[in-house]
Amino acid sequence: MSKFPFLTLLVTLPLLGALILAFFPRSAGELAKRFALVWTLVVFALTVGAWLAFKAGGDRFQLKDDYPWIPQWGVRFTFEVDGIALVMVALIGLLVPLIVVASWKTVEALDGNRSVPAYFALLLALQGMMIGVFAASDVLLFYVFFEAMLVPMYFLIGSYGSHQRRQYAAVKFFLYSLVGGLFMLAAVIGLWVLGGNTFDWHTLVEAEFTTWAERWMFLGFFVAFAIKAPFFPFHTWLPDAGSAAPAPAAALLVAVMDKVGTFGILRYCLSLFPNASKYFAPLAIALALVGIIYGALLAVGQNDLKRLVSYTSIAHFGFIGIGIFAFTTQAGSGAVLYMLNHGLATGLLFLVVGFLVARRGSASIKDFGGAGKLVPWLSGVFFIAGMASLALPGTSPFVSEFLVLLGVFAVNKTVAVIATLGIVLAAAYVLWMYQRTMQGTLNPALNEVPAMKKDLSVRELAVVAPLIGLILFLGFYPKPVLDVINPAVQATFTQDLGVSDPAPKSEAKK
Amino acid sequence: MDPSYYIVLSAALFTIGAVGVLIRRNAIVVFMCIELMLNAANLALITFSRMNGSLDGQIMAFFVMVVAAAEVVIGLAIIMSIFRTRRSASVDDANLLKY
Amino acid sequence: MDNIQYSAAVEYAAASGTLSSIWLLFAIPLASAAVLFLLGRRADKWGHLLGVASVVATFVLGLVYFFQLKGLSGNRSAEVDLFSFMPVGSLKVDFGLLLDPLSAVFVLLITGVGSLIHIYAVGYMAHDPGRRRFFAFFNLFIAAMLLLVLGNNYVMLYFGWEGVGLASYLLISFFFDKPSAATAGKKAFLMNRVGDAGFAIAMFLMFAQLGSVNYDDVFNGVNQLTQGTVLVMGLLLLLGACGKSGQFPLQAWLPDAMEGPTPVSALIHAATMVTAGVYLIARSNAVFSANATLQTVVVSIGALTLLIGCVIGCAKDDIKRVLAYSTVSQIGYMFLGVGLGGAAYALAIIHLLAHGFFKAGMFLGAGSVMHGMQDQVDIRRFGGLWKYMKITWITFGLGYVAIIGLPPLSGFFTKDPIILAAFNRPGWTGWLFGGAALLGAGLTAFYMTRLFVLTFHGPKRWTDGQHPHESPAVMTVPLVLLAVGSVASGFLMSTSVVDWLTPVLGKHAEEHGRLGHWTVTGMTMAVVALGLAAGVLLFRKGTALEEQPAGPVVTAARNNLYADTFNELVFELPGRYLTRALVFLDNRGIDGVVNGLAAMVGGGSGRLRRAQTGYVRSYALSMLGGALLVVAALMAVTLG
Repeated sequence: MSKFPFLTLLVTLPLLGALILAFFPRSAGELAKRFALVWTLVVFALTVGAWLAFKAGGDRFQLKDDYPWIPQWGVRFTFEVDGIALVMVALIGLLVPLIVVASWKTVEALDGNRSVPAYFALLLALQGMMIGVFAASDVLLFYVFFEAMLVPMYFLIGSYGSHQRRQYAAVKFFLYSLVGGLFMLAAVIGLWVLGGNTFDWHTLVEAEFTTWAERWMFLGFFVAFAIKAPFFPFHTWLPDAGSAAPAPAAALLVAVMDKVGTFGILRYCLSLFPNASKYFAPLAIALALVGIIYGALLAVGQNDLKRLVSYTSIAHFGFIGIGIFAFTTQAGSGAVLYMLNHGLATGLLFLVVGFLVARRGSASIKDFGGAGKLVPWLSGVFFIAGMASLALPGTSPFVSEFLVLLGVFAVNKTVAVIATLGIVLAAAYVLWMYQRTMQGTLNPALNEVPAMKKDLSVRELAVVAPLIGLILFLGFYPKPVLDVINPAVQATFTQDLGVSDPAPKSEAKK
Repeated sequence: MDPSYYIVLSAALFTIGAVGVLIRRNAIVVFMCIELMLNAANLALITFSRMNGSLDGQIMAFFVMVVAAAEVVIGLAIIMSIFRTRRSASVDDANLLKY
Repeated sequence: MDNIQYSAAVEYAAASGTLSSIWLLFAIPLASAAVLFLLGRRADKWGHLLGVASVVATFVLGLVYFFQLKGLSGNRSAEVDLFSFMPVGSLKVDFGLLLDPLSAVFVLLITGVGSLIHIYAVGYMAHDPGRRRFFAFFNLFIAAMLLLVLGNNYVMLYFGWEGVGLASYLLISFFFDKPSAATAGKKAFLMNRVGDAGFAIAMFLMFAQLGSVNYDDVFNGVNQLTQGTVLVMGLLLLLGACGKSGQFPLQAWLPDAMEGPTPVSALIHAATMVTAGVYLIARSNAVFSANATLQTVVVSIGALTLLIGCVIGCAKDDIKRVLAYSTVSQIGYMFLGVGLGGAAYALAIIHLLAHGFFKAGMFLGAGSVMHGMQDQVDIRRFGGLWKYMKITWITFGLGYVAIIGLPPLSGFFTKDPIILAAFNRPGWTGWLFGGAALLGAGLTAFYMTRLFVLTFHGPKRWTDGQHPHESPAVMTVPLVLLAVGSVASGFLMSTSVVDWLTPVLGKHAEEHGRLGHWTVTGMTMAVVALGLAAGVLLFRKGTALEEQPAGPVVTAARNNLYADTFNELVFELPGRYLTRALVFLDNRGIDGVVNGLAAMVGGGSGRLRRAQTGYVRSYALSMLGGALLVVAALMAVTLG
């Protein structure tokens, strides 16, 4: 065990940074940007340290930091990560500096004189809280971070959003999540009462509940996570929030924040309520499956780039959902890897869309057309992001999608076959989006927009290059990540849930 | 003498105070009715203290008196300033704080 | 039916010596593509040279490996596991490569023909500002295609499979500012994805049934599977093969793919990528030979597609589209071959190799014609060109003679045996499929003659201002080399390649069917002569310059037998309405419920706030009421 308190620092440092930024005067915008960049890079270095300190194949939970908080209730500040949480923490550490760079000019471009330091303070606060959600292993602590996380995102959408309906979108996002959170709170209290007056995850995993209590508590958690993820039919907040939020914040929202939902299902629903999980698995798979097809079809029908990308995410979350609830190691590892890869791919896609929208001043697809002639590099990056989104082999999402479908097929052929249709639809929405924006005859209106003639700047290249590099690297060599994920997923399924993979048919016959 | 009579007296005073608050419009009168209710409560507290043979009730009564004194200071000041601006001491005229 | 004799289980030898570096084959073009992408305009001056050099180097390397492999005694195969790709639970997928006789011939075809076409493209794309980009895509394609044939498991095959799909998409829509090119690329990608989905499900089935997707595990495990499972697995693989190879019912994308530059049509949509389906079936011969129904389905698709290709080929006036439909039809012959199974697997492969030469040659010839005719593609606007472009004329002519199967050119040695094998299929189906193949040979002779005569002979029907000229040497030299290949390959390959492929495709006894070799050859020659004569007679004097009204058959053929119309009516239109309806439903339905709920809460609170009258008395009353309620409740509880 490493003595260095990686996780404590990872949670507190960004929050401290946010606090410092909050005291920056409005006029110190440039300084605030540099400060935020340096600070997030330090946090990134810490996540790299945590990644290296984590021993793949060692204990399931590592890097534990534990401090008392409210002893009367048995609440503690307990931070520790398994492979799944580590991957997500690493994703946050990587993405946030890139998002800081991508946001360099976002605030100035907005109408009205909005505070730059406050924007970056909110980003940093969000980062600390998101790391806290993934690192907490005390249920109440998790809940606190889960809810607190909403506040900075609410202000990012509501105050820095880019179009008319940003207030509506922010309130909708907040209320939706809050309602889910309240269901979860009820379940959390139920856990404390029925699980032996403790919030410690390890103790609660061992606790036994009556069938009905387990089912109700499962539902409490599940509704919160299904809204967060989002699963069909709790998804309608995402397109609004995704299209209203400034593109870098939207990237963070979809790439990381929504993963709290699927992560929560794995860590809390499955491990704490194994019997209820099995009981509700068909329902969850059905919702996820509908999400795959439904999200893809709606993405085809969208006329707004940011809404389109939001809907593709709903389809992708469907894949993660069926992967989790198939209860096979391939599907489970695939789902966790999908969480990472979707973060990279959709994060990239949202950022690139943000670049485009910033140039054109509109997210409407019909305002583009033939732009590939004007901005060849940008359109190339856009294409790569699109290919990653449709899970082309060579990009990392392929590995995860393949594993999910393969794992699901072993237990439920029909679901896997229908879900495979999703990959055809994915090609449809990505290619059609690309054709309508980048290919074909040049939209004459684009010639009037001087910004559309500027190709990818160095700053923008610095944002996308690490993401593309990682997407391609993990597309060819996902093993380093799989090695971290596999033991955690295996432990979740075999220890907590008590299921094992089906044997191949031909061997079963022997 | 049976202390329960004091309870009855306290209840009667409280009722008079409550009805006064409900039906009178003059702010001063309403204010005095509130004082009446507080003192009715004080009477009840002291009586219970006597009945139970403990001093808790009397201590509580002192607290109530202190609060009542503070309330008079602030309340009369508010009524005064309302009267100055609106030339009226009717509580119905001060009805801006509504839906 | 099942006449394959596997003496021993499929087993691959680990690579040793030089052969352990076969990963260089796809790494070199991939690296070259990466350099061309990353350097951008800085590489414009020399990018094409790097592109050509990398493919030629790969070809040389391929030759070295080929002779190394030939030198091996016993088990001629070399397997390299580069690294572990997807290790999860019981699933073990390695990034593994396999060079065996089958993949070796493909490597030579891809890099050999690929090199020639790369060289040709230097001249063809000389005036295009996007030449560097073109070569980057071209190198990417070569890398993906080599990965496809070099994989030692189905995931690697799939990896390359989608990679070539990507390259094909990029190259079809190379002129992306042309809406038709963009649409054609998208169509190709989408129809391929439908096939790919089938292929992917086949892999899931393999894993669920056999616990592995490696070639050796799957082939050795096929006999443990039920017939139903084998059938389903084979049909799914077939769906993938049909998508990639432009076979019925997924044939409609291939002719549209001609929107890409001509070298693309030659390399990707004639010689290599579209034959990947044949490779897939030949590679999976253990699966396909294990079920008779499956073979019948493959044969039927082959026969049907070869006829569809021929019929539409007869009605088209665009030189590249005629060649495209001819490709569809020739791949139909190959499917026929791999479907017949047994000895015909090898026949299909040699037809594939020969086709790689003559079809690539003809496409490049067509490109040379277009080059000299200001990108005119309408054969009604050609005529008499033999005088102006002699090299193109002769090389195209050799390809033409090869494809219609006249001796002693390659088609004769490769296509006739497939027709023979079709006739010798037992039962009445033999007559049916043999007849279809024979009819196809006649039609091929007819439409290819039409194409050849209208382009190079007869009166000039040029549009104004045409000055046809021969192409530069950089283009004609590849033409000559490919023509040499089309002349010689058939004769040289007909026995040697069959023997070479035996370890992969199985050994087969000489079969004596119902019809003798010479009978079928005679019949074929007669039919071909008929088609040829009809073509010459009808078109020797040229043709009308405008489209003439025609009967229902010709109209249908001109409209691609309504395949596009069908796709549009059955998939595209309903899909469009469905998405529109769903968007409406999502905004009004699901979001409506949510917003309705919000509105209800808001409205309810609006009513409730009326209770705030502003009168102190009423507040006092509600306080009193509340206090009384609490007291009452307390009393109720304590009194019990």
